Amino acid sequence: MLARSEIQIGGGLVLIRGKYQGSSFWEYLRADEPALLPNFSAWESSSGVSIPHGTTVLAFKFADGVLVAGDRLATEGHRVASRDVEKVFSTDSHSLMAISGAAGPCIEMGRILSVELEHYEKIEGEALELEGKANKLGQMIRQNLPAAMQGLVVVPLFAGYDLRRKAGRLWKYDITGGRYEETEFEATGSGGVYASESLRKSWNAEMSASDAVAATVTALTDAADQDRATGGIDLQRKIFPIICLATEDSIRQVEDDEIEGIYRALVEERTVPGGAN
Amino acid sequence: MSMPFYVSPEQVMADKAEFARKGIARGKSIVALEYDNGVLLIAENSTSLSKVGEIYDRIAFAGVGKFSEFDMLRKIGVRFADSRGYQYSRDDVRGKALANAYSQAVGEAFTNQMKPLEVEMIVAEVGDDSLVGHEHNSLYRIKFDGFISDHKGFCVIGGNVEDVQSVLDDDYEEGMTQGDAVQLGLKALTRGASDNSTLDATTLEVCILDRSRSRRKFTRLSADIVQDMLNA
Repeated sequence: MLARSEIQIGGGLVLIRGKYQGSSFWEYLRADEPALLPNFSAWESSSGVSIPHGTTVLAFKFADGVLVAGDRLATEGHRVASRDVEKVFSTDSHSLMAISGAAGPCIEMGRILSVELEHYEKIEGEALELEGKANKLGQMIRQNLPAAMQGLVVVPLFAGYDLRRKAGRLWKYDITGGRYEETEFEATGSGGVYASESLRKSWNAEMSASDAVAATVTALTDAADQDRATGGIDLQRKIFPIICLATEDSIRQVEDDEIEGIYRALVEERTVPGGAN
Repeated sequence: MSMPFYVSPEQVMADKAEFARKGIARGKSIVALEYDNGVLLIAENSTSLSKVGEIYDRIAFAGVGKFSEFDMLRKIGVRFADSRGYQYSRDDVRGKALANAYSQAVGEAFTNQMKPLEVEMIVAEVGDDSLVGHEHNSLYRIKFDGFISDHKGFCVIGGNVEDVQSVLDDDYEEGMTQGDAVQLGLKALTRGASDNSTLDATTLEVCILDRSRSRRKFTRLSADIVQDMLNA
């Protein structure tokens, strides 16, 4: 390797310089561009500024891989901050991340993770293993710990199709960066408990993709029914949850029309004849 | 007290250029050429160490000369592009800015360092029809002294540029298909290759920037795919 002085540029005219030589984008920013790194630890929970929060996300395994879904609502206290935020991101061609917690840091963490994975793949010429990706996310959450202590909690789910093990896998995290692989299903956020309870009744490891989508619509509807901070399916504005399936081939996002059909059938089935009383 | 010998700046530059040229001349050639649906990069390379790499969504890199040096420049390019794209937007990462940055860095090293970088590079950018003003492809060549040039249609770097280029000068046509471009690339590289070496799919490294793909347009073609194109 050349001494780095050989490629340094005077006057700061060009962005080709720096001391970091490895393959992590996150570490590169820490070493050479700290100003670009999101730093939420300066935020004080006592400042009285309310920030948007995201709510229910879930992930589970099914026959062909893994499904990740999230509702669309972000709240600031009792107010709706946004009705159509996206809490599920594809971080690369076979992995997905879903976030619940403080929306700003969550979205930024999703963004930086996808750059991180692509960056590693380009520098090394080979993508990280799925477990390596999950581990990296854990480290990033750990570095957010000071902010988490002040209330800026980032609790993601990470899932994907493991091309070597030929199976869907999923992980949940806690605010300390603790990483736990789940073998069945997991839901987090304020409505996570209700979504989990709903999934528990319908989930099995060999369910088909269409059954998986139907179970997801039911679980998110149940969560929205019981938790006011989770957004239900909004037929008036045509806002539907994001449901993504990671399988061996690729990642597919379920079409709104399919979700709408399942939801309408669910409402039909649950409508009480003649009203509730 | 000993006096250092006086060496004229002209002599210093000439010596450095000679040194770099010799280093690069030992390497094999790489051709970048535009075809109807993107940009093709084709290199004579039988090793598993890549000479062509992905920089960003629409940008690819090719380098000849000393592997450790051009590979370091490739990595710097990836960092440059990723931090720009993270800071601004993915569409703000442009081939021209990267080529200029390379030109400055390599030129600076040529002027200030004892040993110049023994590298020559191509920065290729494919156009995107959905972005107004970004529809056209760009090919930039950066030489060991920082000299930068842009090329229309095709661009050659490496050991035996003249011979390779003469084939392309004669046979290159605008709007070729991908298969024709691979065959022409092979023909040009074969002309430039040293005697007795026959090139085939296993001794070629072929990558494309495919206009029709969404987002990351860089693809490395496997030897099987290349062989099919050569048989066609």
